[in-house]
Amino acid sequence: MQIEVSRPQPASLSVSLGTPVCWADMQPEAPTPVIEFVDVSYRIDGTQVLSNLSLQVARGETLVLLGRSGSGKTTTLKLVNRLATPTSGEVRVNGESNEKADVIRLRRHIGYVIQDVGLFPHFTVERNIGLVPRIEGWPEERIRSRVQELLQLVGLADGLAKRYPHQLSGGQRQRVGVARALGADPEILLMDEPFGALDPLTRDELQREFLLLQRRLHKTVVFVTHDLREALRLGSRIALMEAGKLVTVLPPNEFVKSEDPWAAAYVRAFGNGLESVQNRGTT
Amino acid sequence: MNVVRFILHNHTQVVELTLEHLWLVGLSTAFAMLIGIPLGIVIAHRPRLNKPVLASANIIQTIPSLALFGFLLPVPWLGERSDRLAILALTLYALLPIIRNTYTGIRGVDPAVTEAGRGMGLTGTQLLFQVELPLALSVILSGVRVALVISVGVATIAAAIGAGGLGEFIFRGLAMVDNRVILAGAIPAAILALMADMGVGWLERLLQAR
Repeated sequence: MQIEVSRPQPASLSVSLGTPVCWADMQPEAPTPVIEFVDVSYRIDGTQVLSNLSLQVARGETLVLLGRSGSGKTTTLKLVNRLATPTSGEVRVNGESNEKADVIRLRRHIGYVIQDVGLFPHFTVERNIGLVPRIEGWPEERIRSRVQELLQLVGLADGLAKRYPHQLSGGQRQRVGVARALGADPEILLMDEPFGALDPLTRDELQREFLLLQRRLHKTVVFVTHDLREALRLGSRIALMEAGKLVTVLPPNEFVKSEDPWAAAYVRAFGNGLESVQNRGTT
Repeated sequence: MNVVRFILHNHTQVVELTLEHLWLVGLSTAFAMLIGIPLGIVIAHRPRLNKPVLASANIIQTIPSLALFGFLLPVPWLGERSDRLAILALTLYALLPIIRNTYTGIRGVDPAVTEAGRGMGLTGTQLLFQVELPLALSVILSGVRVALVISVGVATIAAAIGAGGLGEFIFRGLAMVDNRVILAGAIPAAILALMADMGVGWLERLLQAR
């Protein structure tokens, strides 16, 4: 399966500080970046978590933030739905600066999936999935049909709707987490190591389903992981981070050949058996 | 059974004092909940406030109850009626378990859950009422339970300042050196404490099942 990959533009990263990058030169149609980090730094309690990050995420792509713990990838993700606010620089969603946006509205239009899932333990599966539609004031009938639709979409049986999270398996819980994030059909999906805590078989299953889902929905996804295989399999581009800095942004097939010392180190760490590159796609 | 005979013989007074006792305990616990739960919520969200608030509640708790009643006696409006005074003192005593349990309960909510809630765009109020309070409920209620049981005991001392309640029997019995009279106050008080304990436990299960 051919996945269209936007070209890496190392040069643009430094240029993008002041002048907007001209994407039109490189691609037939000029896609406005859905998410844009403009020279973003983030400090907390005297620790520099992110330094001068500039990055764009195009519509419909899956950008993977790869890096080790503490490299700043989760913080980068949280800047998008403003669970963190940059110390300097700007994050734009659909061209609008996050700082000016109504934070509640912003978050309701961005799906958010985290590793610990964070399902409400006192809500049934049904209520968890219908959460955002409900607080958005959808009519009850529409919420019900939306929940049905989402259960089907993530491959959960209708019978699970009335269960509580503690009655589900890890894989099922994570599916509910994804369904909940898709609740109000957001354009953007943020996923923070969503499959990290799952056993390898379930993880494989969910990765495959994610690819299928993404082929249907074409969401703009930012996906955090430290697993190179996962990054290679799911990402249309991989943004490698180290110590709060963006090292490089490359499509998977170039990433494995990259001369960049950090990228090469990552590839080495995962050994030579990187069949994942050939394994891209859903089969 | 002399005690039973005594209680049956004075049943109107036992009932009257029990009701008075209930009134002191009920009203003061209600006040303590009205103050303590919001305060607990506030300090759970502002960690900087938790030390001073909990420390103050702790200090109040260490004042011997008889002394507290005595201290409050000269206060103008309060001193006029001993039941006002008793209710204030009992409210102060009930604060600590309620504040502390509200604080603990809310802090105990899984951070992944609150973060997911915030990330999905719940407002602070929605997060509080739909997530934090329901999940902290059983811990908060067990604080109320402790407060109630303590209050039933401490309220017997309120009789020393003339606020009524089952302590009347106890103090009278002490003065008369008559165990029957003491027990006529102590037994109903113990039963009240047990009932309060069971009552809140029942409420807790009821709300949990919902």
